[in-house]
Amino acid sequence: MSDWLYTDKVKDHFMNPRNVLTDEKSYPADGKGIVGNIKCGDQMMVVIKVDKEKQILTDCKWKTYGCASAIASTSVMSEMVKGMSIEQAYHLTPKDVAKELGGLPEHKIHCSVLGDKALRAAINDYYRKNGMEDKITKEEARIVCQCMNVTDHEIEEAVLEGARSYLSLQEKTKIGTVCGQCKEETLRLMDVYIGRHFGDRK
Amino acid sequence: MSDRTVYLDHNATTPLHPEVKKALSEAFEMYGNPSSLHRLGREARAKIEVARQDIAAFINAKPEEIIFTGSGSEANNTVLSIFSCSSKSHECSCFSRKDVMTTTIEHPCVLESSKCLRDKGTCVSTLRVDKDGKLDLDNLGHVISDKTGLVSVMTANNEIGTIQDIKTIAKMVHAKDALFHTDAVQAVGKIPIDVRELDVDFLTFSGHKIYGPKGVGAIYVKKGVPFCPYIHGGHQERGRRAGTENTLGIIGFAKAVEMRKSEMLTETKKLLQLKARLKAGIEKNIPDIKFNGHPTDCLPGTLNVSFEGTEGEAILLYLDMEGIAVSTGSACASGSLDPSHVLLAIGLAAEFAHSSIRMSLGRDNTEKDVDYTVAKMAQVVKRVRSISTAYSKK
Repeated sequence: MSDWLYTDKVKDHFMNPRNVLTDEKSYPADGKGIVGNIKCGDQMMVVIKVDKEKQILTDCKWKTYGCASAIASTSVMSEMVKGMSIEQAYHLTPKDVAKELGGLPEHKIHCSVLGDKALRAAINDYYRKNGMEDKITKEEARIVCQCMNVTDHEIEEAVLEGARSYLSLQEKTKIGTVCGQCKEETLRLMDVYIGRHFGDRK
Repeated sequence: MSDRTVYLDHNATTPLHPEVKKALSEAFEMYGNPSSLHRLGREARAKIEVARQDIAAFINAKPEEIIFTGSGSEANNTVLSIFSCSSKSHECSCFSRKDVMTTTIEHPCVLESSKCLRDKGTCVSTLRVDKDGKLDLDNLGHVISDKTGLVSVMTANNEIGTIQDIKTIAKMVHAKDALFHTDAVQAVGKIPIDVRELDVDFLTFSGHKIYGPKGVGAIYVKKGVPFCPYIHGGHQERGRRAGTENTLGIIGFAKAVEMRKSEMLTETKKLLQLKARLKAGIEKNIPDIKFNGHPTDCLPGTLNVSFEGTEGEAILLYLDMEGIAVSTGSACASGSLDPSHVLLAIGLAAEFAHSSIRMSLGRDNTEKDVDYTVAKMAQVVKRVRSISTAYSKK
């Protein structure tokens, strides 16, 4: 086990997670989002309350079937977003959370991306319930490699799992292994995702 | 962090036995190369050969049937590599049957070696196990063919502790004229092993799982069975493993084995009692659990349990904060996305594999350690479940 756990802030949030949802039934959520699944070993639920006049997040609670890094990062995130405008919270990235935690090692980034995904799902749920569907940013996957049916989401996943070269990306996804026409777009996306998740490490 | 340390990860590695420490410190001054002809070299050589005799005797082998290696993993890699060798200058060229069979629950060093063999063109198949991790013997009888060169089945599994009926399996393999290897890294020194009784062709084991030093392993190769070195370039180990011998490691290994000779049986009794206490404590205090592995044919100190609705790495790290060292089959702990291949192979649903904790007891553990672990485990599991989306029971 790497020593990340023992940076004071991560350890503190892991040992004393903040804003855990203890009684779901009696919590009047304005929006609720669940992402991930138990089979893959991690699932995250985020619920939010919204000041509808000011469009500000007044409360954020969560629950997870996830590892230590998921627990610590979601705990930190739940503190960060309270008082934020919905718009601002919608664009929170895992990098913002990791920064707040004082950094996470590369192999732990994957476990910490669920929190903000679940938060966006909760905000989307709020938008839907309040007739604001136009604000929802579509997160549907786009097929990049037509031959092997590989999407941009899968490229992002592979980057999160450690792919840093075209070859390792191909090993993980089989992308571009038939006609190879998508190589340029794949390399561009790989750079985008590396920048998004690991940018400040270079 | 707790001041207390309760080490329950003996299948990962063990602390040095005090007698091993003593033997090592006495050997520190000995630096001669065992291949040198002068007195310093001859002294080192003599120590290594005594160690070889002791270690061979412990598994009822002859000294010349033991090859020292740098680890159990190297030992396993060596055995498997023989079957992809196309060299005409080694004994292995006499193998006409080169197909390899292994099981779904082997250690990664066997599985990855097999994968490497497959890449080089060897036909490799993996044999299935049942829900307790026992090899399906009916299936084995059907699948061995006249092309099978080697069947490799581990004696005891590192994650769930299940012990195979090696004697029966070896007999079945030999009936079809194939060779048999067993990875006994988790077995030698924990349960009685007699290579003549088991009638195996290759058996691999290691020092650091039995209170010996890290960095030393061994291969038993039955006299007359063809062999091919994995590391070339020296006459050491009768030309079977090049490289200057790890004199200190070998001396420590032999001392560890000597201590097993006198301590193994009493320790087994103690470990079985401690494990029963641990199991009963967990059963009594924690609902919705599942024990993994064979209920009786199991290493005396190994207990693997899944806690419904939890993620193993979180449990491991909360226990670590309390000074308790365990391991998990969860994906997160390994850095991959897949949970333990062993737990999936015995048919556990992925969520149970992710929630598994392995506790492996050893010679220094006490009843107090067990009671402390049960108490902390109950708290930690309750806590992880209280924040879990996958556990709603009260």
